[in-house]
Amino acid sequence: MSSEAEAVQQPDSFSFSAENQGRVKTEIGKYPDGRQASAVMPLLDLAQRQNNGWLPRAAMDHVAELLGMPPIRVYEVATFYTMYNLKPVGKHHVQVCTNLSCWLRGSDDVITTCRRVLGVDVGQTTEDGMFTLSEAECLGACSNAPMMQIGDDYYEDLDMGTTQAILTKLREGGVPDPGPQIGRRGAEPMQRDHAKNQAAEGEDA
Amino acid sequence: MPKLTIDGMEVEVEPGMTVLQACEAAGIEIPRFCYHERLSISGNCRMCLVEMERAPKPIASCAMPAADGMVVRTNTPTVQKARKGVMEFLLVNHPLDCPICDQGGECDLQDQAMGYGHDRSRYHENKRAVKDKYLGPLIRTVMTRCIHCTRCIRFATEIAGVPELGATGRGEHMEIGTYVEKALTSELSGNMIDLCPVGALTSAPYAFTARPWELNKTETIDALDAVGCNIRVDTRGAEVMRVLPRLNEDVNEEWISDKTRFAIDGLKFQRLDRPYVRRDGKLTEATWDEAFAAISEMMQGIGGSEVAALAGDLVCAESMMALKDLMVALGSPNLDCRQDGAKLETGCRAGYLFNTTIAGIEDADACLLIGANPRLEAPVINARLRKRWLMGGFPVGLIGPEADLTYDHRHLGNGPDVLGEIARGEGEFAKVLMDAAHPMLIAGQGALARSDGAAILAAARAIAEKTGMVAEGWNGFNVLHTAAARTGGLDLGFVPGNGGRDRDGILDGAASGAVQVVYLLGADEIDMGRLGDAFVIYQGHHGDAGAHRADVILPGAAYTEKNAAYVNTEGRVQWTRRATYPPGEAKDDWAILRALSEVLGKTLPYNTLEDLDARMGEANPAFNQPDTVEPAAWGAFGKEGAFDGAPFVSPIGNFYMTDPISRASVTMAECTAVVSGSGEGKTGTHG
Repeated sequence: MSSEAEAVQQPDSFSFSAENQGRVKTEIGKYPDGRQASAVMPLLDLAQRQNNGWLPRAAMDHVAELLGMPPIRVYEVATFYTMYNLKPVGKHHVQVCTNLSCWLRGSDDVITTCRRVLGVDVGQTTEDGMFTLSEAECLGACSNAPMMQIGDDYYEDLDMGTTQAILTKLREGGVPDPGPQIGRRGAEPMQRDHAKNQAAEGEDA
Repeated sequence: MPKLTIDGMEVEVEPGMTVLQACEAAGIEIPRFCYHERLSISGNCRMCLVEMERAPKPIASCAMPAADGMVVRTNTPTVQKARKGVMEFLLVNHPLDCPICDQGGECDLQDQAMGYGHDRSRYHENKRAVKDKYLGPLIRTVMTRCIHCTRCIRFATEIAGVPELGATGRGEHMEIGTYVEKALTSELSGNMIDLCPVGALTSAPYAFTARPWELNKTETIDALDAVGCNIRVDTRGAEVMRVLPRLNEDVNEEWISDKTRFAIDGLKFQRLDRPYVRRDGKLTEATWDEAFAAISEMMQGIGGSEVAALAGDLVCAESMMALKDLMVALGSPNLDCRQDGAKLETGCRAGYLFNTTIAGIEDADACLLIGANPRLEAPVINARLRKRWLMGGFPVGLIGPEADLTYDHRHLGNGPDVLGEIARGEGEFAKVLMDAAHPMLIAGQGALARSDGAAILAAARAIAEKTGMVAEGWNGFNVLHTAAARTGGLDLGFVPGNGGRDRDGILDGAASGAVQVVYLLGADEIDMGRLGDAFVIYQGHHGDAGAHRADVILPGAAYTEKNAAYVNTEGRVQWTRRATYPPGEAKDDWAILRALSEVLGKTLPYNTLEDLDARMGEANPAFNQPDTVEPAAWGAFGKEGAFDGAPFVSPIGNFYMTDPISRASVTMAECTAVVSGSGEGKTGTHG
């Protein structure tokens, strides 16, 4: 772990931007005195957002100092959670779920499409720095499997075509609509009529 | 008190004890890796599974509080199967490299795999491999062997107070380490080697040198600081291979400092293995007879007051007794065991002891440190202070150089003036001490070994009396010594007699010619330049500063090579046991003095060590009561006077090199290099 992170060019220092200082105060203020360490996760997330999606060691040290924690305790948190990136990532971090539900519903196709369209393998970043492709464990959207997360948005009910369309649009600078890509709302049943009938049957009984 | 049934036996245990402790109370052994009685409970190795009635599956006994009416079984097929399963999983990623592992033969995993595991492996996949970590020059790591018990992390965080180790990554990718490569900054780090149940953390200096079953084990006492840690010295032939701690709840619990553990390679280097006599300005090898003859020749026509003796930091009580008796026989009152110039007196024993006792620290509820940095001067006592601090409600005030003591403290300032304020009852911390039920203070040699030391001692006594530190059943006045020999020397009255010269007097006398002969008994930490033209006899075991200046060198024995008494800072008399013999022609120190006394015509009245020990018992009854601390009566000591304005300076600049043994140690030199920063840039592959 450490060797991997150290292989990266680490900035010498990190501090929160003026804009984020307020958020830092708010986050720390949520916890009682002496329990400031609880703010470690939101602060790491904030630091990661400020730093183009990845956490340099200087940022972890800065958070440790802010919260009065030994740096190693912050390193432990940051290395434990996969949502903290300890290496630079592309502008769009494409995380494809390959857990059971998504895999049964065709996540292999999604991954293959991503590889083909982006021209990189899992764990790699495109040369232009636009995309990083990762495999993720269950992201909790099983009812809309298969799915992937790009940045903060979920793209669900994917297949080869929709995956390619999303990536292409992103590459061209557009913003694809997040959510299910097959026209349904949220996780509502795929066959509306069938659901209605079932509801009616339920009333009869 | 909860009463529970374990394997059909009824056991009653203290409230708050765990099922595992209850099982131990019933005499049943429960295998474990992560559980350790002195560390917090983590419950992650799962080796201690037992069956409990009305529980759907086996429970981790180390993390389950014992409750009334529990029915626990530890020897059912289910438990055996559960242990086998846990063991199998632990071994999935543990390499089968016992033949080349230093832990082999004293490995918990090895033993418990034999006792509780399967007799064969069903695992055929590749094992995981983990990169080794650099933790400094003392600890060698083979992280592939790590079973993630987290004992080292908990030790660093809780006992040592240096939260530098952690577990990074998760699941199969979890690794123990510092994440950012660095040497551990603890003076107690060696204890992690003992705590590690496998061969992941092993002793770097001891690596590949011996197997536990080929070592002779001698239970003895450490002499490299004034704590008197109980240790076991493991030897092979004439060589000391390693030092391990022994359990003594009253002194060191089960910890020892890194100097105690790793300075022993200094016993192999710079040794004085034969007598030397200076001829024509050059030290030349001599026989014992020649050395004694040289001394006796010099002593012809020299009056008693022209002879002086200084005792060093590592010398035993026996040799100081013998030297004192010899000096008295020669008619000299010039002797001093306070080679650092500490203004301690022998009149009142409570005035130079750690009266609270080390275990007693746990009963204190406020502490004032005066010119002491226990972390460097006595790391094991510092661990006890930290233990008390962790319990809560233990304000610590420090007068002295600001330091990281591993616990929160208020820095009240540096210098005797701050002390004066508290003695007058001024300031916030004086009130803290007043309000405490069991306040204590620790006066270090940084405050006492200076020209105004007597005044500081008097001020410390005033604080103790004013803030209620001295009461029935409680004495909160403590002097923290840094030398193993000091308390013994004071107990035996190895201080100037009537009209005698103290250390400064001896050195001044030597410079002016008033003192013709100076006997240095292991005294190396004095300014040799001030000895002038005096004839210097050095008796000791290392070719250090004293031996270089000497005109006659009498080679003695180190603390691992003799049966000798040391009195720790609490006033606890403990005997070392001979683990090896002194090298070459070197002899027991008391025997050298006994032989010399005969040559000088002042034969000392003891022929055996038993006679000498009886003589020490006469000189001070404390020597009749080994391994105990008798409360010392309170009395007057110190001398009120004006303070010198200078700030306190810790007597220990470099923890790793404080005495002739540690100065000769290669391992301690490496530690010094790392601490001073010259070791930076080195990586784990550099030795």
